[in-house]
Order: sequence, then C-alpha cells, then structure tokens
Amino acid sequence: MMRSDPRALQLNEQGQLKHFLTLDGLSKEILTEILDRAESFLSMGEQSVKKVPLLRGKTVVNLFFENSTRTRTTFELAAKRLSADVINLNIATSATSKGESLLDTLQNLEAMQSDMFVVRHQDSGAPHFIAEHCAPNVAIINAGDGRHAHPTQAMLDMLTIRRNKGQFEGLKVAIVGDILHSRVARSELHALKTLGVEEVRLVGPKTLVPEFFRDMGANICHDLRAGLEDVDVVVMLRLQKERMAGALLPSESEFYRLYGLTEESLSWAKPDAIVMHPGPINRGVEISSEVADGDQAVILDQVTNGIAVRMAVMSMAMSGQVQAQQVAGEED
Amino acid sequence: MKLRITNGRVIDPSQNLDSVVDLFIEDHRIVAIGEAPLGFDDAEVLDAAGRWVLPGLVDTAVALREPGYSQKGTIASEGRAAVSGGVTTLVCPPNTKPIVDTPAVAALIQDKADEAGMANVFPIGALTQGLQGEQLSNMVALTDAGCVALSNHGRDMASNRVLSRALEYAATHDLLVVFHANDSSLSEGGCAHEGMMSTMHGLAGIPETAETIGLMRDLLLVEKTGVRAHFARLSCAKSVEMIADAKASGLDVTCDVALHNLLLTDEVLKEFDGQFHVLPPLRSENDRLTLIEGLKTGVINAICSDHQPHEKMAKVAPFAATEPGMANVEVLLPLALRLMDEGDLELNQLLTALTVGPAACFGLEAGSLSVGSFADLVIFDSTDKWVWDRMTRKSKGSNSGFTGEQMTGRVTQTYISGQRVYSLS
Repeated sequence: MMRSDPRALQLNEQGQLKHFLTLDGLSKEILTEILDRAESFLSMGEQSVKKVPLLRGKTVVNLFFENSTRTRTTFELAAKRLSADVINLNIATSATSKGESLLDTLQNLEAMQSDMFVVRHQDSGAPHFIAEHCAPNVAIINAGDGRHAHPTQAMLDMLTIRRNKGQFEGLKVAIVGDILHSRVARSELHALKTLGVEEVRLVGPKTLVPEFFRDMGANICHDLRAGLEDVDVVVMLRLQKERMAGALLPSESEFYRLYGLTEESLSWAKPDAIVMHPGPINRGVEISSEVADGDQAVILDQVTNGIAVRMAVMSMAMSGQVQAQQVAGEED
Repeated sequence: MKLRITNGRVIDPSQNLDSVVDLFIEDHRIVAIGEAPLGFDDAEVLDAAGRWVLPGLVDTAVALREPGYSQKGTIASEGRAAVSGGVTTLVCPPNTKPIVDTPAVAALIQDKADEAGMANVFPIGALTQGLQGEQLSNMVALTDAGCVALSNHGRDMASNRVLSRALEYAATHDLLVVFHANDSSLSEGGCAHEGMMSTMHGLAGIPETAETIGLMRDLLLVEKTGVRAHFARLSCAKSVEMIADAKASGLDVTCDVALHNLLLTDEVLKEFDGQFHVLPPLRSENDRLTLIEGLKTGVINAICSDHQPHEKMAKVAPFAATEPGMANVEVLLPLALRLMDEGDLELNQLLTALTVGPAACFGLEAGSLSVGSFADLVIFDSTDKWVWDRMTRKSKGSNSGFTGEQMTGRVTQTYISGQRVYSLS
C-alpha cells in the first residue's frame, strides 16, 4: 500500500492547494501565488466595502483545540471578508484528549456540511490526521499544530518581508529565541529556504535550538551578536514562562541579557533591518519596548498582512477542494 | 501417531543442519532424521517438496492482552496469529489486567493457552506487585506457577535501592530478570527518536541517552547482584556496544531486538502515521545498521516481533496521542527474511535469532529439531508471494506499519508436539 505523502495530501491532481497543512514541500510558485493574491486583498482592506464573494455560501468552522483569540479573530475576519458563514468552536482539550472523541466531533461537523475547518491543535500532525482520516471533502487549514507548523503565520511574515525588502534573494534572516517549541520558526524555515533567501540563522542557547536544524539548511548561532551581524530581518519569538520550570533557562533576566533585542543589539544588524514578532510580545523578556515600538519594528504590519494572507490561503484551498471534488464526481 | 515429513529442506541452526532430509516424528517428539526408524512403513506422510522445514519459531515478546484487554486481543486470537506465523513458543509480558503478579493470573493464562491449543505460552511475572516498583512480588511462587522470568516491564522502580534489592532477591533464587533499559525522566512525554525527523515535525523526542543511561545503571546492578539478566528491545547503536562490552567482561546477559527496529528508521515518521508509533522508538539508520551488525556478531541473541495488538481506535488519533506498538507476529518470518537482502544477514544467523537463540535466553526447551526434541516445527514456502491485509490478517489487532505490503514466503503448516495446529487453507 502506498500511503499518501502529506505534502501531496494537501494538493489536488492539478497541483493546487486543497488543504493548507504545512509549507514543507510546497513549491516557490505556490508560495508566490499566495503572496501575490494576498497583496491584492491588502489593497481591498483600504476600501470602504471590504468583502469579496469568493466563499459565499460556504461554511467555515474555526476549530480551536487550543485557545488563541488573536489568530482565531484574524481567521474569522478573513473568512467574513470572503463572504463565508463562520462558526467558532473552542473545544476544551480534556473532552478530546482521546482520538475517538476528536474523530466524533469532526464527523459531526462534517455531517453539518461544513466546507472548511480552520484547525488549531496541541498535537503535532493533528491537521494531517484530520485531512487524512476525518474529513476528506472538507478543506483543512492549519492554524498551528503542536510544535510542528504554523504556515499562515509564516506566510504573513513572508509577505511582510517582501513588502519591506522587495525580494528574498540575498537576504539574511535571523530567528531568535525558543526555536525548540516554535511552530512558527519551523514553518518560516521552510518558506525562507523555498523562497530563496541567502541565509537563515537560528539564535539561542543549546537548550532551545536543537542542532538537528543544521541538517535543514539553517545556521545555528549561540551568540546574539554573531547571529544578528549583517542581517536584513530579525524575527523574535515569544518566550513562554514555563520554559524556566522545564530547566531550559535559568531566568527571564538572564535570557534577556543574552538574547534580548535591545537598541544596542539591533545596531549589530543592518541599519535598515526590520524587526518582526509573531506576538504576543513579552516586553523586557525577548524584546525591549524601545525596539518593539521603534521605527524598524513591523509587528503591526504583520497583523494587517495576516488577514490578507489568510484570505488568500482560504480562497485558494477552497477552489482547489471544489475542483478535487468535481474530478472525483466525474470519475464516479 | 507417526509422521514422516519428506523431501523438505530441513534447516535447523541448533545442529547446523541445512539439507533435504526426511524427519520422523512419534509420540510428540522427533525420533529420527534421515533414515526411517523401524515401524515407520505405515506412518502418515507429509510431502514438503520445495519447502523449508524449520524448528517452530520462539518469540520473546507477544502480548496476548488477556486477561483484561479483550478489545485488543485474546489468548485464542493471538495464539492463532502466532502459529499462523510459525511461532510455536512465545513469552508474554506481565502487563495484563490484572497484572501477572499472582500465581493465579499466571496459571489462568497458561490454562487458557492450553485450552486454545495454539502456541506454547510462557508468561513473564511482575517483578514488583502491581508493577508499582515498590514491593517485591512473590517471585518464587510466580516461578512455580510457570513464569519463566520476572520484569517490571519498563515501569519505573521507586528507587535504585528497590531495584537493587529486587535483583538481589531474584539472584538468591537464580531467577531470570528481563530489563527494558530506560531512564524515564529522559523519555517522558516523548513519542519519537530525538533526531532531525522529530525536530522538524515538532514531535517530542526520546534521546538515545534515555536508553543508555538506564542500560548502564542496570548493567552495574546486574554485575553487583549477579542476577541472570535479559535485556529486551534494544534500539540504540550505543546499547549494542555496551552489551558487547558487558559480555566480554564475563557478565551473564542476553538481549533481543524488535523486528521493526531492524527494518525501519524514523524516516517513516514524515507522514505522521501513528502505525509507526512504537516504544522504544524507530531510530536512525546508524542505529538500525548497528543492531543488524549485533545480530551478525552474536551480541544480540534474539529477534522478537514485540507483538502488541490494539483495537483500531487506538491508532486513530494524532501521532503522539496514539497507543504505541505494532502487531506483527504472524509475519515475523517473511519480514525477517527481508534482512537477508537488506541487511546482508545469512539465513543461518537469522534463523538462530528466531529459534535456538531466544529459547536459550529464557532456558526454554524449544527451537530445535534435534532427535529427542518436541516436534514443534514449521513448513514454509519461501517463494510464495502474498499480500498481508485485512483479509489475510489473523490477529485481532489491526495495527502495523506493514499492513498492505507484499510478503515473500508463507507458513503452510505448523506443528506443535507433532500435532498440526495450523494449515494454510
């Protein structure tokens, strides 16, 4: 038996997206199409009528097994601007800690003829599982799974980089902080390599930056200065408080002292370097207020770009899914 | 009853035999090889022309799931799966419900196995009561009730002090202890080999040191207490080296490896398929090759199926939430034979690790076709190509990473004590 490759799992027979699960294995053409389409939606956000009818009559279910008001809200806005009907479900993790009830929940939703699930789940690979086992006719959008992937966040970061830097060729990008637990960093790494940046550096102590990332084509720096020198883009990651309890770090203050982004450490990067952060920010833990609010920070642009990128991904996956179903229907 | 098995290629590593000869069976035992003894003129004849005649396989790790987990498997269902795969003798773990920590449970399992009339079943008893790691089990009573070894089945002991005392007590009575080398503080929460695959997929890793630190502690305590020890399911290259050193220094230890750790690496996890969730985890290519090398050099004594049947829903979940284990006992032989091509292992080495090797680890009278042995044997068509799927599966468990694959070689008959217990229809 040939098991389906998850990277093929998200594409239909014409090679178009029908789910959006991971950036691993997606071509430069598809990533560029997402960015181009998002650009066109961005200009729409400035108009008084912000809606397009691309998802009219479709039902989008936001399935959040992990709480995240911010991400859920941007998905909801994106779906509404595409004219979809949106349902938000925050599902307590305790009720679905077993696969059986997860499967039951999904089959129920599918029976209500939902067209798209936007899924956030604490287990790596959960959206793959859902796409493969639960809901073959529903487009699955990964809104963050465990430590594995957060592809829409990575693409909105790519859009932010492209709008600020014009292109990806020749760029040096540093991602700083808790890489180990970061799904954002993993997805960004795939996107940046595919879009052709010159160098990706992962910066942090050995407890938070596993050496295995080197095999994925990243350079690893344990020293912030070496990591930031001459870079065009700095991505700071949020440091969760529970990392101290896990003995990965001694304290927030020591982390800030070694890896915090301050005006001084930012001066080691290129003078026109941009500063990004997936939010929410811990001021004084991974980034100083001066930098977070400074001219080089593009953190709020990221949020705006997030809605456009999610509109792009949702509309592409829905049309790919509809086509896949039409092909399947003709074969029957 | 007399039986003559004729024209088959008899391969028995226990007596370095590999030739086309006749085998003569009377009163449950092998009575002659080659020339017919007197009085066999009217014997029943089985023509095994073109097929292999092997000692019944001995599997050191087959979870039967009974009592307590009949949704996953029963002694009858898994016994049937075992003999259809040519396994005539199996050792089952103590993690049933109730746990095998009283003679009654040990006796129940053996009674049910006798009733089912399938493979010879030898339970492992719990080293501590309830596998809680605190109070010693009645080890001697368990042994008298038929347990061939004692183990805490990978569950933590309350302390190294309790472990040390349990080993001393077992050593007092010359009992065999089975170890699953692991430092749980390092493996806790993990579901995959700590490496590039788990890192990129965001799956919590189990480092090699979880096994090697546990193994080093266990070896030091084995040396100190002098207990007879068997190390179950090694997964790391470094562990093979450590066992080799221990053996070289004169320590009385044996070890086995799960078949899937010889055939697969963590590369297969790229699809997040819970069927590949096993413990210890599938590791790197270097680990896999070193384990195969360990079989060649004899450092590793046995290959087991590490058969762990589950109901379907146990694997229908995101990877980390699935229950670990595969159920492969019925395809042990065709899968193991892949190692001849892929791992450059010789047939004799391979069969040693499936018959006389594991029998010796547990001191079992099995795994040999020598004159006087019980007539536990397998007739095997080494050229038959077939697909192992839902239709052909015998186990109640539906969980395996090999489901749907083509197998080369198939058991056609299985005999236990001269009685036919399986025949391919």
